Parts: sequence; structure tokens; C-alpha cells
Amino acid sequence: MTISFGNPDRPNSYIGKTVPRPNAGRLVEGRGHYVDDMTLPRMVHVVFVRSPFAHARIKGIEAADALAVKGVLRVFTGADIAKVCTPWVAVLAHLKGLKSPPEHAIAVDRACWVGEPVAAVVATSRAAAEDGAALVEVDFYPLPVTGDMMTALDADTPVLHADMGDNLAFRREHHEGDVDAVMAGAHKVVSARFKTARHTGVTLEPRSILVDWNGAEGQLTAWHATQAPHMIQSVLAQHLGLEEGRVRVICGDVGGSYGIKVHVYPDEVATAAIAKIMGRPVKFIADRLESFTTDIHARDHEIRAKIAVDETGKILAFDIDDWTAIGAYSVYPRTSAIEGNQVVNLCGGPYDFSDYRAKTTVVFQNKTPTCQYRAVGHPIAVAVTEGLVDMAAAELGMDPVAIRRRNMYADDCYPVTSPAKMRFEGLSHHASMDTLVALMDYDGLRLEQAEMRAKGIYRGIGIASFIELTNPSPFMYGIGGARISAQDGCTVRMDPDGSLVALSGVTEQGQGTEAMLSQIVAEGVGVSPSRVRVITGDTQVTPYGGGTWASRGAGIGGEAALQAALALKASILEVAASMLQAQAKALDIRDGKVVDADSGAERLALEELGRIVYFRGDTLPKGLPRELVQTRHFITSEYPFAFTNGVQASYLEVDTDTGIVKLLKHWCVEDCGRIINPQLVDEQIRGGIVQGLGGALYEEIHYDAEGQLLNGSMADYLVPMAGEMPDMVIGHVETPTMESTLGAKGAGEAGTAGAPAAVMNAINDALRGLGAQVTEMPFTPERILRALGKIED
Amino acid sequence: MKASAGGYARARDLSHALDLLADADGMGRVLAGGQSLIAAMNMRLSTGDMLVDISRISDLSGVSVQGRRLRIGALTRHAELGRDALIARHAPLLAQAVNHIAHAAIRNRGTIGGALAHADPAAEFPACVLALDAVLHLEGPEGSREVRAEDFFVDVFETAIAEGEILTAISMPLAEPDEVQMLKEVARRSGDYALAGLCFVRRAGGVRLSVLGAGSTPLLARAAMARLDMEDIGGAVAALRGELNPPSDTQATAAYRRHIAGVLLRRIWEEIGGESA
Ligand SMILES: Cc1cc2nc3c(=O)[nH]c(=O)nc-3n(C[C@H](O)[C@H](O)[C@H](O)COP(=O)(O)OP(=O)(O)OC[C@H]3O[C@@H](n4cnc5c(N)ncnc54)[C@H](O)[C@@H]3O)c2cc1C
Repeated sequence: MTISFGNPDRPNSYIGKTVPRPNAGRLVEGRGHYVDDMTLPRMVHVVFVRSPFAHARIKGIEAADALAVKGVLRVFTGADIAKVCTPWVAVLAHLKGLKSPPEHAIAVDRACWVGEPVAAVVATSRAAAEDGAALVEVDFYPLPVTGDMMTALDADTPVLHADMGDNLAFRREHHEGDVDAVMAGAHKVVSARFKTARHTGVTLEPRSILVDWNGAEGQLTAWHATQAPHMIQSVLAQHLGLEEGRVRVICGDVGGSYGIKVHVYPDEVATAAIAKIMGRPVKFIADRLESFTTDIHARDHEIRAKIAVDETGKILAFDIDDWTAIGAYSVYPRTSAIEGNQVVNLCGGPYDFSDYRAKTTVVFQNKTPTCQYRAVGHPIAVAVTEGLVDMAAAELGMDPVAIRRRNMYADDCYPVTSPAKMRFEGLSHHASMDTLVALMDYDGLRLEQAEMRAKGIYRGIGIASFIELTNPSPFMYGIGGARISAQDGCTVRMDPDGSLVALSGVTEQGQGTEAMLSQIVAEGVGVSPSRVRVITGDTQVTPYGGGTWASRGAGIGGEAALQAALALKASILEVAASMLQAQAKALDIRDGKVVDADSGAERLALEELGRIVYFRGDTLPKGLPRELVQTRHFITSEYPFAFTNGVQASYLEVDTDTGIVKLLKHWCVEDCGRIINPQLVDEQIRGGIVQGLGGALYEEIHYDAEGQLLNGSMADYLVPMAGEMPDMVIGHVETPTMESTLGAKGAGEAGTAGAPAAVMNAINDALRGLGAQVTEMPFTPERILRALGKIED
Repeated sequence: MKASAGGYARARDLSHALDLLADADGMGRVLAGGQSLIAAMNMRLSTGDMLVDISRISDLSGVSVQGRRLRIGALTRHAELGRDALIARHAPLLAQAVNHIAHAAIRNRGTIGGALAHADPAAEFPACVLALDAVLHLEGPEGSREVRAEDFFVDVFETAIAEGEILTAISMPLAEPDEVQMLKEVARRSGDYALAGLCFVRRAGGVRLSVLGAGSTPLLARAAMARLDMEDIGGAVAALRGELNPPSDTQATAAYRRHIAGVLLRRIWEEIGGESA
């Protein structure tokens, strides 16, 4: 069955429309159901004693005083937990050479970062557990700290994990063509050093897990704020020595994830282990300080990069040397090499050039581990690429839009393979740029900028084109040996009253997955979205799937839902045809009723069909299939990833006396293929842009030389807030992927990918002529004034 | 984290509050709007406090003109100050300050007395009362006493309030007809504590200039004030930079803060029509 997406007046045309989110009212009324809302009989709370040292030997743990606190039941050390829980090693076979030592749920004899769990205190209340935790005496012997990224591989730097031989976790170099020769002969070569700061995701709901071991059933149930219930099921089973089928992971409402909740955290696994040991439900909710010190960090990169161009602005080559420090361990099971790997894959992404060299060097250090966070690697690759393109344009006296138009892949050249060996099925860089230039009135804005400049007001316009990797195939994790599903499934069922229930393997983190699924199923079957109830996040209930990551929910989960819905529609029509003595293909379902496909005349309400099937099946012909439940799965097969593309622009003003940047307006035109729900897509883009703006102007985790995290609070780690956010104008170009009927690619990360680069280019545009340039994020007022040479030390 | 308080009692009136503090064996802690104290308790930076909640003592709240002075009850909330007609007329600096303090939810609960007693050197009100040459009224077991703002701020989070004492009110001269009061600051985001800020008051007696975010206490920039009285803005900026001893932290270095103080002073001077040189 096909759907005429081009016709907005087709029956049941919910795909492509903004329909209300089924869970919005509930969440807004405070009726969300988060892990911390749950209380089970005999439930206890666990609090972790965490290392105050970045690197220390644990010589002994004295728990007597803690155990004397009223309400404290048990204190566990790493050795206690290791008896029931095996350590993990976060490597993947396809990331050649990646190494990481075994990591325990609770450190056994050595703590490697500030915040690493070293003991667990279980009590009848969180407060009592905290009282106890404060009294656990750990005898630490401080060890030398490896903090700095760029010196991590120097001969005199202490090796963090002696068994690993050195501090190198991973290195990959990709070389296409002959970059040195091209650089040597190029008209102009521009080089720069970029830095992106260590970030963390700052979810509104902190990491949360409640685990119950039911020995009588031999089943472990974890209520977990996670993006990937099936992956967690597999991990808990493996490390606690259970069958996968005996672990159930339930994921109710989740208050934001951004990638933070797709990883395996030692304290969460320890919570499961403790539940198994104690035979009681155990709850762990991270507090805000724990979130800052133990949620994964990301984006701590330093890059030296070069671009070569000819006289006409044609890009000849990129040369990228990326370094990143990932903390003390590679994070399980997705590993911490992916971000650097993405930088190698994505630099130069929008441009048609031939000679490319990119290297990433991933090192260990005594800090919180880093891993995948919204738009993994993209903000870095886009900043480096777009920063260089703008610098080259400035060298050549070319307009930033013109140089991009000169170099972007032509809209009719696809499919094409990039020098980074990324395969693009179909992108729309030029159409997107044209739309952007019109939306923002680029020429008008340039005039305004010049007028303001004449008055001593420094405004800048920054452009950033980008590509974004979405809808991953098993090439991302599966081929490396991780039990992470790239496939996803959906079951759609019709109940007697004609309403539908859809069970999906993708998850809802607050981003609107369930809304998207409900409208796809509604259109696929032919009912109103309000007649569809969506269930996600329960490994014993939904089809097996990957969950939420790499912008795959709509593209993968949505296609599975569409196929399941279409299959259910066919089943329903088969029954209806029998009841109505008609041909199934002469019938259709519209707005919950079986109708004549041609005339639209109503023939049979779905509730009547349901009544007959479920209660008077005796009246139907023997042998008539009446399967009003259908399941379909979807996996991409032609391309490893569905790339999307887009372009962003930032307009801002720099106060050259204070260094404060005022964001005036932001635009984004992107192409996520088929848009299922315009409002959801626009708000994903906006939210993503806000996160990108945070990276550009505010967010930075600071450590001192001893590896102490200095700003673990909302007062000191600055997230972007509404007051500083500009108006954002969002536009679209739609190039559906041919891999699916739905044609949807991902939209969740595009905003984050491009915003930092757009802001960087806008600031440098504003400062052009003043001899200042900034390339180290975030662009704090001080960094800007220092670039301007205005600060006397 | 969960707070770990030693106890809680709600005071009926001032003398009850003083009694509760006296009975608390040194662990007594006044609870006003709770916008600094509760946050500290929730991070267990303060534990075991015997909380004496003064927030219901109605006669500690409100603004009045008493003779030639303006009197502000310690429990007057930031939001109330921001919309009070007497404040707007007689101490507009405080109304300006409110716009820079945190966000609506915090302004609705936080009290000026709490902000002054908390004595965060980066907070607005401490620097304001210094510039306004205010007097702080304290009530204790021994009776009442008055402390000039210049003598009130001792160190980071430390004031002249003695054990068992409560700050009851703040008073200050009414603004003169052509008095200038201006607050300017630089913060990373609206509502954040400022990286640096200036409170500028010019009255017949001369200029008063105080600095927030510039050291361990709000600072009265006397050398800069003297230069400003001579209409020497260049000298004032240089003097101001010399007087400051701002912290370096994850938001900015001392050098940046010093620079900003100078920029802000020039901007104030320009705005009030002073000669630039
Ligand atoms: C997110 C956030 C952002 C903020 N941003 C700013 C900002 O930008 N600028 C700013 O200036 N402030 C800011 N604040 C602080 C805010 O202004 C507080 O309200 C204020 O500092 C304390 O007032 P309170 O009435 O809440 O005092 P409480 O928190 O109740 O008490 C604070 C301290 O003062 C003592 N105390 C209170 N009242 C008295 C009294 N009458 N006599 C003796 N001791 C007393 C208490 O014992 C305690 O030690 C912020 C607060 C928060 C939570």
C-alpha cells in the first residue's frame, strides 16, 4: 500500500500535520509518572559514597559508624558488588585498537575520577542513607593525576591504567588523496586551532532507577529512566548472570535524555546488584551534584585544522587533527571513541572536494567519562569545517554564502560518496541555502550590519551548513559486537471498540515520540489519532527495538509503525469484505469507519466490526483470518546511515567593551526528509539550537589541575536560559529517504549540530577588521575581550 | 541531597524569635525567605540548624517614610521593593537592583534582610545599601543597636550581626530632588550574579560608588569617589581598578572584572552627562 503524501487532502492525512501530543496534557497537569514517583513495598534507597580524589588507591573502608545510623541497613564495597556483578570492558570490534580496562559497578581498589562510586549505603530513606554515607570512612591513598589532554601521551605523564601500557584509548586516521601535496600547491591555506568545551546534558529529571529482584519468579525488574530499555535488559542480564528473558526493563515517563540516558552507569548497575543481593526493591535517584559529576560528559576536543582553496574559492583539501580526552574509562557499551570517530567522518561534510585527511586521538585522563551526547561529534565537526570555510572566504575576500554555494554538493549529484567515505542518498544543500537566504533577507541584513557598524555597533552574521547522521544501521554498533538493535518494531492492535493500541520499541523521552507514532498509526489504519493509545518502554510488552538515539525514532520506529498499521488495515478490510460481501480493495477505512473507497460512503463502523470479531465470531465464515493485531519491523539496508542536511544562520551583536554577545536572531533550514509533525520537528530544531547556543556561549565544565570538578551546580554551569535566547525561524526542504515508505529521516540533533558554528562565525564576522578572532568555545565575555586585546593582566 | 535540619520553630513576634534564638545553644538560624539558606541546607553546606522562622512577623515587613529617612522592614521581599512607590521615589537604586536579582520566583520569596544578612559580595542589595549610606537596625537579647552599612559587611557571608541578633530594618536618607542613583552590572545571563557591578549615587554631599562582585565584601570605592567629585573620570577609572580585589573563578578572571568595573563607570558617567576624558 502506498500513501499519496503529496496530497494534503487525502483521507486520514495525519502524517505531515501538527496534531496534539497524546501525553502533553498529562505531563502538563503533573500526572507524569517518573521513576521517583514510584514507591514499592519494602523499598529502600541507595546513596553512593563517591571518590573525592581524581585518582586514589582505596586502602580500606570502615563502615561501622555508617551502619550505626538509624535506618541504615547495609553498606556495600566494590568487592561486595563484584561477587554478584561482573565488570565490563567498553570496546567495539569495528573501532580497531580501542582499549579500555575492566570497569566495576563500584570501584574495587582504585578510584579514577572525582565522583566514581567507592561504596554504597542502603537505608530506609534517602536522608538516612546520606547520613550514613557521610560517615563511611574510606582510606584513600592519592595517586598522580592525569588531567591535561594534550600532554596525556607525553613520556613523563603518569599512565592511568598500567595494564593498558599508555594513555591512548583510540586513534584513527583517514586519508583520501594526497593532502600534503594539495596543501603545498594551493593558492591559499588557512589553519586554525579550535576548542570545544566539556559539556554535560543537564536533564530536568536526573538519572533514576528502581530495581526489584523477585526471587520467587526469578525475575529482575528495573524501572529505569533510559533511552534504550532492551540494551539495558541485555547488560543487566549479562553482568548479573541472568537470562535476558528474566530481566524486565520498564521505562515510564522520562524527563529529558539528550543521550545522557543511553549509557550504562556504574551506580545504576550497582543498584541492580544490590536489589539482587538484598531481595528488596532499591531506588537510586541522582541528585544535581551527582548529575554533574557522574552523568557522562562530552565534547572535550581540541582540533588543529587546515583548509586549502584555489583562487576561485574552490575547496581543495581539509586536514584535521582532532584530540579528545574521555575520562578514565570508555563508557559501556557504546564506547567513548564514537565522538572522535564522528569528527573524522563528518568534517567537510557538505562540500564536494577530493583530498581529505582526518585523525582523531582519544586519550584517558582522571575525569568523568565522556560519551555520546545529542548530535555526537557534529557540533565539533561543523564548527571546524564552517570556521575554516569562513576564514578562507575572508582571506579571499569572498562572501560566506558565495563560497559555500561554490563548494556544496549539487542537489542533483546524488547518490554520492564523500572523501570521508560517507554515502549520501539525497541532500539539498543548495535548496536549503536558497531558502535560508530568502528567509533571513541576507542582503538586507548585510546592509543593516554595515549601517550599524558605521555607528560603532558590532553586529555579525554567521552561516553554518551541516550534515547530520540519522537512522543508523547495525554499522553503528551492531557490527562491533554490541547487543544494540538497529532494527525496531511496532505492534498495532484493534480492540472491540475500534480503538487501536500501538506498542513500539522506540521510547518517549519527552520529545514527542508517542505523538509521532499515534499519527502514523492513525493514518495507516484510518482512524483519528485520539483513537490510538501508544505504549513504549517495556521489554516484556513492546517489540524488541533499539530505543531512542541517533535520531532514529521517527525514521526507524515510525516506518515500523506505518507498516504495522497498514498490515492491520489490510486485516480489517479482509474481515470487512467478508462481512459486506465486497472486495477488500474496493473498501477503505476513513475516520474509524469502513467506507466504499470510491464514493466514501460509510459501510461499517470499526466498533461494529470489532463487536462481531470479538463477540460474534461465530457469524463469520470458518477459516476467515481475523487477526486484528499486526507486527512489523524495520531496518535500513541500503545505506549505513540516512544523512540529513541543513544550514543555520546567526545574527548577533558583540559589545566590544564588555565582551557580551547578544543573540538577535537565529535561522535554521533543514531537510529531515518527510516531516511527520511540523510542530514537533520545529520544536526539536529549536530545542537543539538552544543546546547548541549553550555550547557556543555558556556551557563549560571546569576542572582544576588535581582533577576536581569546579562548577557542579546550576549556578556555576551555565545552561542557556530563555532570557538570552533569540527568536528562531525554522524552514524546511523535504527530501524523503527512499529506504522507507514513510521517507522520514531524523530531526532531533540538527539544531545542536549547526548552532555553535553559526554563532562562532557571526562573532568573528562582527570582530572582523578589529584583528580579533575566537575559536575556543564557549565564547565567554572574557575570551572575546582577550581576543580583542582589551584585558590587562 | 536531603537537608538535615536540627529543628524548626515559627516565631510569633520579634521577642519570641529572640527567645528561640537564645534557647538554641548557638545552633539558631534565622529563616526569612529561605532563598539562600534552604539552598545551602539542600547541599548540606549547613546542617543541624535550629531554624527560627521569622517570615510571619508582619511588623518586620513594609516600607515607610519616617521623618527624613526611608525605613524598610527586613522582611520586605525583593518583588515588593520592585513595585513600591516609596522605593521608586526615595531609593530608586533598590528598585533597579531588583531587576537584576535572580528570577521572579526567587524575588517573590527573598527578603532584603535575608540578602543583607547573607552578605554575598556578589549580591546587589549589600552594594546598594553601601552606596546609599544606609543604617542597619539590629535587635538582640541586649536590646537594639544600629550599624552603618560601611561597618556591616565583615567578610564573605559574614556581617556585624552578633549571635542571637536579628536584622529588623534598614534605613537611609531620602533621595534628594536631583540625586542620581544608578546600578549597572555585567552578568553572563539575566538573573545571574554579576561578574561585576557598580552602584552609583550622586547627591549634594558628593558621589558614593560601591562595587559588587569585586572582593570579599561589597566595596565602597573611596579613591574613585574622590576622583569623581573632581569630575576626573579617567582618574576615577584608574583609581577604581586599583581599589578592587576581585576573585578569579570559572566565570571570569580578576583582570576581566577589573576591566568591566572601569567600563561600567565610564558608561554611568556618560549616561549622566559627565565629561569623558
Ligand atoms: C537561583 C538563585 C539566584 C539568585 N540570584 C541572586 C542575584 O542575582 N542577586 C542577589 O542579590 N541574590 C540572588 N539570590 C539570593 C536571593 O536574593 C536571596 O533571597 C537572598 O540572598 C536571601 O534572602 P532570604 O530572605 O531568602 O534569606 P534566607 O535564605 O532565609 O536567609 C539567608 C541568611 O540570612 C540569615 N537571615 C535572614 N534574614 C535575617 C534577619 N532578618 N536577621 C538576621 N539574619 C537573617 C539567615 O539566617 C541565613 O543565614 C539568588 C538566589 C537563588 C536561589
